[in-house]
Formats: sequence, structure tokens, C-alpha cells
Amino acid sequence: MMRADLQRIYDWVPAGARMLDLGCGDGTLLAALAQDKGVTGYGLEIDPDGITACLARGVNVIEQNLDEGLSNFEDDACDLVVMTQALQALRRPDRMLDEMLRVAGECIITFPNFAYWRHRAYLGLRGYMPVSKSLPHAWYDTPNIHLSTFNDFERLCRDKGLIIIDRAVGIGGRSGNWASRRWPNLFGEIAIFRVTRRQR
Amino acid sequence: MTELPRDSVGLVTPETAHFDDPLDLACGRTLPAYDLVYETYGTLNAEGTNAVLICHALSGHHHAAGFHSMDERKPGWWDAHIGPGKSIDTERFFVVSVNNLGGCHGSTGPISENPETGTAWGPDFPMMTVIDWVHSQARLADRLGIERFAAVVGGSLGGMQVLQWALSYPERIAHAAVIAATPKLSAQNIAFNEVARQAIRSDPEFHDGHYAEHGALPRRGLKLARMVGHITYLSEDAMGSKFGRDLRSEDFNFGYDVEFQVESYLRYQGDTFSTSFDANSYLLMTKALDYFDPAAAHGGDLAAAVAPADCPFLVVSFSSDWRFPPSRSKELANALVRAGKAVSFANIDSPHGHDAFLLPEPRYQAIFSAFMGRVARDQGLEDRS
Repeated sequence: MMRADLQRIYDWVPAGARMLDLGCGDGTLLAALAQDKGVTGYGLEIDPDGITACLARGVNVIEQNLDEGLSNFEDDACDLVVMTQALQALRRPDRMLDEMLRVAGECIITFPNFAYWRHRAYLGLRGYMPVSKSLPHAWYDTPNIHLSTFNDFERLCRDKGLIIIDRAVGIGGRSGNWASRRWPNLFGEIAIFRVTRRQR
Repeated sequence: MTELPRDSVGLVTPETAHFDDPLDLACGRTLPAYDLVYETYGTLNAEGTNAVLICHALSGHHHAAGFHSMDERKPGWWDAHIGPGKSIDTERFFVVSVNNLGGCHGSTGPISENPETGTAWGPDFPMMTVIDWVHSQARLADRLGIERFAAVVGGSLGGMQVLQWALSYPERIAHAAVIAATPKLSAQNIAFNEVARQAIRSDPEFHDGHYAEHGALPRRGLKLARMVGHITYLSEDAMGSKFGRDLRSEDFNFGYDVEFQVESYLRYQGDTFSTSFDANSYLLMTKALDYFDPAAAHGGDLAAAVAPADCPFLVVSFSSDWRFPPSRSKELANALVRAGKAVSFANIDSPHGHDAFLLPEPRYQAIFSAFMGRVARDQGLEDRS
């Protein structure tokens, strides 16, 4: 079983796509897509164990810090760039979004929704920085330096003139229910966006 | 030694293959006939799908793993990575390790006899290049019944041979591992090589390379060449932590004898090397390094140069390597990406400088094993689990 956000992406990725997976972890998604859908491409990762796991799976993995950008990839080098649960750990998420849409016409991004009701309750009622399944770190050692909400990301896309092709949410490792589809900013734990450049 | 380590390939004996078909060389000359000395570890399977070729570096040779005798103090130069259960697992793979032409450990080189003169080739031995080595290795593969290598693997100058293999014989190499290498030498790399060459060539005992006829050996020059080379193999930190400013005696002697431990170490390394390596071979090997530049024929476009390659690559660098720094490996990996090739790149955190590629290090071993495990799976050497 794949993580819910990965499963959603797996369904969205077209067969035969050339893709980049930024923060590809152990290569689960790329390996499954390569095997089932003939997808080719590269994973970028900095975690040593993730890189080793990718190599064992036969997934092409490049050790690379995402904060250094994607300058080693040419414009429109691939069809699709995927980044799961890494946006919030980057120094400049907005610039990464530009980079992703320079390298490919389309990207899929997932991140923890800070406006999820449990997070709101944690902060609003208890008065502490939220700690949850999707945000498992304490405030002082978290790699998540740019937390945002479902609405924040939509606004960023709007400001950049990007088109949101599709959006979805995940809750506790599952796909979202009717409530989260109706009020994603309140009931979605994981935000999943599929974004493209405005047609020129 | 009374007992061999359990993860050793054990006692090994070099073999010699003689070739009578002339080898046309990049320099325009032809080697009429030649010997290649090599070792093998493990067993070639019936389908011939499990062969791995090891390419050696500047001062390397065919003795990559195991022991020549029970009295040998140190095993082959890459014993950390070749053997039962090691990264290159000899229980799965048939490993071939060959001494390159122009070397001085048995394969035809400057110390071999020139059939035309009946004396040693000496400085008249033709200049060898990485391409020439790859062609000669391919002929050895023919001789051993290996149509296609499961993997060709090498570090430093050996890594350049691996890259050349993928370009010259894309149909004969299923996987490539290029470790601590570079797609071409920098001006600084060539400069260090030139200092080494001048150290040898300016030794009064060198006699323009004809030292054998004069019953001489340019030991001092070779020693200096090795000393300067050795500095580039280690990182500043590695040297610092190994020697610091430690003195051999308690106080300064205010003279030019060995005072600092690092001086003692370098002199020892130089002395040992100067009695075991041939000066003409060393000169030739450094030139082979300098000449390597597959992108040159493509206007410097490395991505265009690697177009013929057709196998998955593993490119590995080491963080403290300043001879062939991580940026050079990244350059190769990026070119392969631009060319749309299957490539993985890892930069291993190590304090040991360029020499790190020879040493065991947990992350290096994990990466290397994972990649070789994938090679085995791709070659159908074990069931998919």
C-alpha cells in the first residue's frame, strides 16, 4: 500500500511520462510508475538511506539539495515534476514552484495543511504549535520552515498566474471524505495540488 | 598469515593472455603483439551474464583482491569491495581485473621487450590512452568468452575507462559504475601531473628514459613524483588528523632532515613507490589521464559525447576529494541527465580525500552493494524477492 498522497499522484501521472520526483524518498512512487506505467525519470533526494533504497530498486536517483534549485535540468526537460511533502521544508517555496514549472509544464505538489482543524485546535485551544501525524516534529527541531495552508497555496498560484488543474486532500493516510472535499482548508490534512503554467 | 579472512577471495594466481593481432592506438602507432596479465575471482556462469570488469587507477594493477601467497601482508588494492558478501560479491559475479598496457606489472609496457630491437621498449613504448586500454580489455573479454559485461567498474582513472567503455562498446556493458572520476582533467590536475613528470625527467639518472641501458634508475625523480601525487590523494583534514604538526623528535633540529611526521610519511611513500614502479610507465599513465576528454570531439559538449551510452550509470564522489572533486562527478551525472540516460549520483561524506574510493566506508559500501544488487537482479542472477 502506498501513502494516500502517493496513490493519488500515481493515478494522475499519465503513462510514459518523463518525470522528476523531488524528495523522492525510497523511490516507491517512481518504481511503481516505471513498472506499471512505463514512466521514466529521476528522483532527487538528500537522505542517504533513501538514496540507497532507490539504487537497490533500480530507480535513478540524484543526490541533490532542493534549496540549490534545479539548474542542472534544462527548460522543459520533462513532462511532470512531482514534489511530495517537501515544499514546507524549502527556503523559498515560491522560487521552487517557478523552477518546477520551468523544467516541466506541469507539477504535482503535496504538503501538510496547517489549517487542518486538528492543527487549529492544537494551536487555538491548547496554545501549542501543532504536533500531528503530518507534522510530527517539535517547533525547535522541525525541518518545516514554511508551513502554509490549502488556501495559502491557492493564493500563491493565483498570484503567479498558474492554473490549478486538480486538487485533493488526504486525511490520516487515506483519501479525503466528503467533508474534506467540501471544506478542504478545514478538513484536509494533506493538500495535493496539480498545477500548470497559464497557456501561452 | 596462517588463515585467510573468511570474506576474502583467497589465494589467487595471475594469468597471462597473449595477443598476436596488432592493436591500432590513438597516437597513430600500432602495438604488433602484446600480453595482458589479469586475475579473475568467482566463476563465469554458463550464460556468461555475470562478468564484472575492474579498471584500475594510475598506479594500480591486476591484483585487486585476495592474496598471492600466505606470506603476502596486504591483499589486493580493492579487497575492501571485492569478495564473498562484499559490494562486488564474488559468489554472484565473475570478476576480471586486468593490468593495463603500458603498466609495469606484467602486461606489455615500457619494461617489456620490443620485438624489433630485442631490448626493452623503455621510452619508445607507444603512448597509451584510455580508449586504447578499453579496446585491449574488450579483446581480453573476447578471449574469456564474455560478450557483455554485467558491469564495468572503476575509480579515478579506472572510472574514466568505465565511461569510455559505455561510449566505445555500449552493447557490451550492461551497467557502469564511475567512482571518484572526472570527465576530463582540470588545468590544476594537469599541472600536478606535469610537476610529477618533470621530477622524473629532470633526474640525472633518467637518461631520457633509457635508464635501463645505463644500468640506472631515476629513483629520486619517481619518489618526488609520488610524493606530490600523494598530497593530492589525501585531504587537508586527513593529513591534519593523521600527522598534524607532530615532530619525530621532541624539538626542532633547525636542519633539513626529516622533522615533521608528514615529511617522514611522504618520503616513505615515495621511497616504496620508487622501487616498485617503472618511471616510463608512470609518465605514460599520467599522460593518459591528461589526454582523456570524450567531450573534446563534440565541441566540449559532454551531453553530446555520452549520447552512445546505453546502460544505467552509478556516479559516486567523495566530499573531501579535491583531486577529482564532487563537482566533477556531478558534471558527468548532469551531462548524462541532459542526454536522457539512466544515471544515479551519490556524494559520500568522507574525510579521506581522493583515496576514499579505495577504502571501506559504511555509506559507500551500502550504495555500492545496493547498485551491484540491482545489477545482479537485472542480469537475472537471483530471483526477484
